[in-house]
Amino acid sequence: MIAFIMKRVIQAIFVVIAVSLVVAVAIRLTGDPALMIAQGATNITEADLERIREGLGLNQPFIVQYLQSLAGLLTWQFGNSFVGGTSVTLLINKALPATLALAFASLFVSIAISIPLGIRAAVSRGRWSDQLIRICSLVGLSFPNFWLATMLVLLFSITLKWLPPSGMNGMQSFIMPALTMGIILTATNVRLVRTTMLETLNAQYIMVARAKGLSERKVLYKHALRNCAIPLITYFGLQFGTLLGGIVVIERVFNWPGMGTLAFDAVAARDYPVLQAVIMILSLMIVAINLLVDIAYGLVDPRIRTK
Amino acid sequence: MITSERTPLLCVDNLSVRFGSTDVVRNLSFDVHAGRTMAVVGESGSGKSITSLSVMRLADMIGAHYPTGRINFAPEGVAPRDLLTCSRKAMRSIRGKEIAMIFQEPMTSLNPVYTIGDQLAEVLILHESRSRAAALGEAERLLSLVRLPDAGGLLGRYPHQLSGGMRQRVMIAMSLACRPRLLIADEPTTALDVTVQAQILDIMKDLQAELGMAMIFITHDMGVVAEMADDVVVMWEGSKVEQGTVEEVFARPRHPYTRMLLGAVPRLGEMNSHAYPLRTPLTMLRDGELVSEGEERLQDTADYSAAPLLKVEDLSVQFDVRKTFWGRVTHRNFAVSRVSFEIYPGETLALVGESGSGKSTIGRTIQQLQEPAAGEVWFDGRPMSQMKLAERQRLRREVQYIFQDPFASLDPRRTIEESIAEPIHTHGLMEGSRAIKARVGELLERVGLDADMAGRYPHEFSGGQRQRICIARALASRPRLIIADEALSALDVSVQAQVINLFMDLQREEGLAYLFISHDMAVVEKMSHRVAVLYLGQIIESGSRGDVFERTAHSYTQRLISAVPVADPTIRRDRSSLNGEVPSAIRPVEQPPVILPRHDIAPGHCVARENK
Repeated sequence: MIAFIMKRVIQAIFVVIAVSLVVAVAIRLTGDPALMIAQGATNITEADLERIREGLGLNQPFIVQYLQSLAGLLTWQFGNSFVGGTSVTLLINKALPATLALAFASLFVSIAISIPLGIRAAVSRGRWSDQLIRICSLVGLSFPNFWLATMLVLLFSITLKWLPPSGMNGMQSFIMPALTMGIILTATNVRLVRTTMLETLNAQYIMVARAKGLSERKVLYKHALRNCAIPLITYFGLQFGTLLGGIVVIERVFNWPGMGTLAFDAVAARDYPVLQAVIMILSLMIVAINLLVDIAYGLVDPRIRTK
Repeated sequence: MITSERTPLLCVDNLSVRFGSTDVVRNLSFDVHAGRTMAVVGESGSGKSITSLSVMRLADMIGAHYPTGRINFAPEGVAPRDLLTCSRKAMRSIRGKEIAMIFQEPMTSLNPVYTIGDQLAEVLILHESRSRAAALGEAERLLSLVRLPDAGGLLGRYPHQLSGGMRQRVMIAMSLACRPRLLIADEPTTALDVTVQAQILDIMKDLQAELGMAMIFITHDMGVVAEMADDVVVMWEGSKVEQGTVEEVFARPRHPYTRMLLGAVPRLGEMNSHAYPLRTPLTMLRDGELVSEGEERLQDTADYSAAPLLKVEDLSVQFDVRKTFWGRVTHRNFAVSRVSFEIYPGETLALVGESGSGKSTIGRTIQQLQEPAAGEVWFDGRPMSQMKLAERQRLRREVQYIFQDPFASLDPRRTIEESIAEPIHTHGLMEGSRAIKARVGELLERVGLDADMAGRYPHEFSGGQRQRICIARALASRPRLIIADEALSALDVSVQAQVINLFMDLQREEGLAYLFISHDMAVVEKMSHRVAVLYLGQIIESGSRGDVFERTAHSYTQRLISAVPVADPTIRRDRSSLNGEVPSAIRPVEQPPVILPRHDIAPGHCVARENK
């Protein structure tokens, strides 16, 4: 197990290096930030532009800039924003917890709904409750998330005035954004839980568990669910990446002070240090989650642990 | 002996079980008495397993209904109950406590993510409200009851760390945890090696005597029935066709189906003093009458004057199983170690051995599905290692493989015509779709199927028919050698007898040679010209069929033969000499297995030195 984790950690390091390299190159293809900053000013000479570049550290060779950004990731120092000169570290430290909190809340909502519903559907396969759950999940799947978000705001904030329409203020402000993301994820998760559960329920050890005289609840939630865990954990882990991507949109709609909003503004202002830090940290998160998923395999399945 | 005047423990009365609109069991009645074993015998589709699941009311969960009947359960000192009218809750308190069940597949019967201890303790906590610690203590006692060594250490281990035989013993321990009045065993030893089967049967018999419980033993193996049962019910297509004590049923079978079933069972020793395999006529059931079909004929097809078709010389095959963090191999499966044999045109050579003996690996290596670590395979005088790519491809045409599982070895999304025609396309043997279609039809007829079945899909066929289709596919490329890897093991005995004859007929007419890989000693005795016995990757005895079966020289061969249950209830042998697990061929890299020296004790009869 230790060797298994070590291998995965080493793999993860290479993934982070590869991703950061792609990010650094790609960002530089989008245009010259000095021009952006100089926009609007009159009588800009090439020498002025050069001075701006020098001030931003853009005159150094690419490899130096890249290594600096890598070192920044290690020391959690990302330099200053091109716009306003605020420390990027400060911006990140504020935005990252907000985004992570929302992402986990969404994932939690989705898992809490999809596991019982998926099991219900699997057990009553072909009967009306299965059909109903499957139809609902299809409807959920077909909502675009921004539309769902707007509808929720219309209903709960404007009409009923139960929930704040935007911003991050206490627990209740989590409800709508987490529900929006959660419902979209739930739609696919229910189907996944149903399918893996159906497969597991065919296994001989489920019949054995029933032959022991265990209650149906114990059979499903103790004996079957843990055997479904591997595909489910894999998928939930992968979903976390999609989730972080989708959150950019949701954060705009709900004006959530997270990484998505930060990235959106940085793209508009071609704010390299911020953008690079956001993307690197998000990809680091995804790599970290997948590493956790690998470790979780070992925890739920002794066949992997004791190999 | 318990007299039948007492109320039976279990009385199945006029039971019918229905799935959707088909009756899988029809008007079945039988009694099971305390302390006795009732064998329910039948082939696939006879409804025997559904009967056992119905007694447990587990069939409900896969959609069964019970249009008629009662299942009266009357343990001593308790008011009798009709299990079919019991509430779910009442059934849960009976399941696992008063009626327990063991299933066929020990490899999948235990939940892979919980420890053995947890799974055993669960029953005791549930039905006897013991504390976890007390339950684990009792679990340890139960494990030693089924003669598992190091019972305490086993509690913390997981199913995948145990062999099939050990897992089945854990299942037995689990089913006996609450001292049930009735134990239902559904083919409990079918998936196990013969020596392990013998041990499990012994344990079950001993524990039954000790606990005084009744047993319903479901099986298709007449040998096991003869060994275990007091009473027998024979089922055929959902109905009971015969019932009686085991002696009656074996000595004087009344129903034609029972007679056919008994006739189809290959019996070890029935070929004694025959120099060649014998193709025997089939006893078939036609419109309720027994008819004998086909000729009796000596299978003297082997041509020993010719050069060997296949020659295997010092073949070794190894798999790396464990590595260090840095990728250095520490443990290796020495699956095949310096094996040599040859097969002559028209000859059947059987490779017998238990699981893990390397018999399938040899077959796979000859078929080029596996690279040898050392040694050479010669086909028709040409060494395989020297062959060019095109020659190797041609070898794939001349050697064909038939697998054990006829359900898994046909592509479910292709018609059987497409499957059979594939080797013809691959090897470019024929041009033109009409010619190929005609050839497929001819092949289907060759294996006893209709040519106009060609457009159907595999799921429309029974297991025996599918195996015939696989044979037709193998024949499509006009091979000279067919490797049949446990090709008969998944088939019912009556179907098995037909396929054996098909193999023999094809051998005679096409001059085919067979490498027949099997664990079934009786089938091997019936089919093969020569036999090689494998143990841990080495041939420990080889010779003509007579040499190996009648003049057995190696003690392991003797043990294998003695472990085979004999389909005769008057001979119940004591097999206390059988003990222990089938050892593993996985060893540290630095300690390769010792190659046992072999010598001829008679011309062609070669025996390895005994490893004491």
